[in-house]
Amino acid sequence: MAERFISRGFLGRRRSGDGDTASRTPPGQYITEGFPVLSAGPTPVIGLDTWSFTIDGLVRAPVTWSWDEFQKLPASEWTVDISCVTKWTKLDTRWTGVSVDVLLEHVELDPRARFVIAHSFGGYTTNLPLADVLNGQAFVAHGYGGAPVEPAHGGPARLVVPHLYFWKSAKWVRGLHLVADDQPGFWESLGYHNRGDPWREERYSGD
Amino acid sequence: MMVGSMDDPLMLDANAVAGDLYDLFGVELTAVLHQCASCGNRAAVGTLRAWTRGPGTVLRCSVCSDVVLRWSRTSSGMVLDLRGAALIEVPRA
Amino acid sequence: MVEPLVWQIGTLRARHEETPRVTTFTLSLPAWRPHRAGQHYDVRLTAEDGYQAQRSYSIASPPSRSGEIDLGIERIDDGEVSAYFHQVLVEGDLVEVRGPIGGYFVWEPADGGPLLLIGGGSGVVPLMAMLRERATANGGIPTTLLNSSRTIDEVIYRQELDVLASSADGPHVVQTLTREQPSGWTGYGRRIDEPMLAEVLAGSHADPLVYICGPTLLVEAAATALTNLGVAPARIRTERFGPTT
Repeated sequence: MAERFISRGFLGRRRSGDGDTASRTPPGQYITEGFPVLSAGPTPVIGLDTWSFTIDGLVRAPVTWSWDEFQKLPASEWTVDISCVTKWTKLDTRWTGVSVDVLLEHVELDPRARFVIAHSFGGYTTNLPLADVLNGQAFVAHGYGGAPVEPAHGGPARLVVPHLYFWKSAKWVRGLHLVADDQPGFWESLGYHNRGDPWREERYSGD
Repeated sequence: MMVGSMDDPLMLDANAVAGDLYDLFGVELTAVLHQCASCGNRAAVGTLRAWTRGPGTVLRCSVCSDVVLRWSRTSSGMVLDLRGAALIEVPRA
Repeated sequence: MVEPLVWQIGTLRARHEETPRVTTFTLSLPAWRPHRAGQHYDVRLTAEDGYQAQRSYSIASPPSRSGEIDLGIERIDDGEVSAYFHQVLVEGDLVEVRGPIGGYFVWEPADGGPLLLIGGGSGVVPLMAMLRERATANGGIPTTLLNSSRTIDEVIYRQELDVLASSADGPHVVQTLTREQPSGWTGYGRRIDEPMLAEVLAGSHADPLVYICGPTLLVEAAATALTNLGVAPARIRTERFGPTT
């Protein structure tokens, strides 16, 4: 096998930090101070008067909120670490949003519901086990760092699931479909992992 | 269909991923004609708009902005989804 | 039969600072082959632990100079590959590259003209390869370059452009400085917009082949303005560099 060429003196951006930050950095990740913007397509332009959020699929009756109705739901402050599969991790990101637990209180789940497909304005989708969005593990955020979430970062509202790789935190989210069988979303159907736990480095299917 | 602003600073021309296209197809593809499966637009692959910052690369039609080609690099190789391209016409060398 | 594209190890022969942010890096290549103006090389850096970063850089040199290539590389804040070139690489160092690449954003004298070249910042690099190649051809294809930079000190290839523009059948060079202009400046002093392009079109030969290269927002603005002014989209080729972070 040919030896791989090594670029003299090239270290790249990686930095795992020391002490506390090292223990908070999942394997293979580096800490970033900035907030990189990644996308699969153009930033959708979503007017608040046309925005809506729907929970449907394996529920007794679907429910939809307009922006004004969504703002009236109880929101919390969340400070979480986030990790992107492209290897950056950002510590202590501050969000304001509505827990998915609160949203699911408004529907009656069919016992067959085991997976969630999050889908977004612009067509993006991602799949998650239902168990991964319950019990305070996921929220729909409309605020970041004390201001509304910027369009480039998924505003007006995005899903945030901090314990999984950040491609699961669907930007411009418009709803959750509850389903019985897992259905790979946009990146999952292209070789990425169906669950995506950064602590187990579940980046690609088969990991 | 929600078309975002084409003023997106992340958007590049397919030219920027010509090397990846070569890895996938074994030929220089940017001057080659394709047909968008969504709107039927026929144009050089080089006119597609590329989003490269993310888990993979997405090439979108410059007319309707639907996905024409998309691929990722995983630990075992590359995964390519061609369903957005109705045709690719590679001329004789 | 087209030759396969392979990775090869080039050697840095020289570096030349064009402006405070842009340096030309000359690489000699063991498997060099002639490129076309507008093409680029992919550069791949590999760290000891296997971590890799890859970027594309446009070729500035004309294909008539064999065995080596000039890459024009702008130092990007927080850019890991451009930082490596600017801060670490010294003459004699080895760099892994692949190319030449690109079949769409290319021009050779046989393609003819007239030409309208529009560049912003380091977007002028592939356009410079076209101008240098044009200078080796006979007949002086009618060409206009509209070049956008922030300040006079950031105009890449400034002296060479002055020399080219002053020669008998040289290109018509129009400069715009968007942030700050020196006293006595006679060029434009703002971002490229539709009125500026209308004037540039009026002052150049009709029905040009247009090549636009630079940051995405500049390219988008120029391409949209030109189609509004009646230039057929099929006559416009673009190369967007993406955001500068």
